[in-house]
Amino acid sequence: MNESKQIEILLVEDSKDDLDMTLRALRKANLANHIQVARDGAEALDFIFCEGVHAGRKIEDVPRLILLDLKLPKIDGKEVLQRVKSDPRTKRIPVVVLTSSQEQKDVIESYQLGVNSYIVKPVNFEGFAAAVQELGLYWLLLNHPPKPGIS
Amino acid sequence: MPDPSTEILLVEDSPDDASFFLHTLVKSGLAAHLRVLPNGAEALDFIFCTGAHAQRSPANLPKVIVLDLKMPKLNGLELLCRLKADPRTRTIPVVVFSSSREERDLLESYELGVNSYLVKPMDFAEFSESVRVLGQYWLQFNQTPKP
Repeated sequence: MNESKQIEILLVEDSKDDLDMTLRALRKANLANHIQVARDGAEALDFIFCEGVHAGRKIEDVPRLILLDLKLPKIDGKEVLQRVKSDPRTKRIPVVVLTSSQEQKDVIESYQLGVNSYIVKPVNFEGFAAAVQELGLYWLLLNHPPKPGIS
Repeated sequence: MPDPSTEILLVEDSPDDASFFLHTLVKSGLAAHLRVLPNGAEALDFIFCTGAHAQRSPANLPKVIVLDLKMPKLNGLELLCRLKADPRTRTIPVVVFSSSREERDLLESYELGVNSYLVKPMDFAEFSESVRVLGQYWLQFNQTPKP
């Protein structure tokens, strides 16, 4: 109901440096005012499926985008992806993997699990900021998600 | 003919939209090898190397497939369904580029596993900008499995 509470991006990232760079790049591009951060896979699943500390949230209030690292503590990124894409309530949320892994196994598995896009983190700061801005612009401004099922 | 290098497969029945699309990619310096096919049936032949495309190597998959929804023969949703149900082609990103803003089309596309859905702008300048961003994103930023 409350429009201002709508989360635009769920950012799942355990590295403090990458998290800071991503947030800075998104804010600089004025792309996301409402960002929820999860530092591991378990926190991400709690948020998405409204469990634990997020039990008061409604699952229909889906984020517009989930930005997902693969190597995460507790529950890894592929399992988060698999859970999101196999549940009819959440499978339509765009999920973009943002990872330092260029391994073919990770790329192929992510697409088989239904990832929307797979981006390799550029190693230098300028490249990283540009990639995050490009990604934010594409998924928040250009891509049309289905309307969240707000009742 | 063998076609080792198609990077974007555009499935679009409107010749005008297809030529705007190509023009914009060239102008943006993204002159990727573009193949245009006018309907879903031909696109399936191309992707699975059957019919007129039997000589093509199935290992040469495009980096992205851009689909219109309303097309003769096999429409965009049917094509999307076939691509995402087959493990050989499930890993190819599919972007719907359609003038439809209908919630039904959006929902069904996401249910079938579309990677992204863009609404075709009516305005020429906006159309060009969408194609430029689409091309840049899927050809230069997004990673797909290597052949």
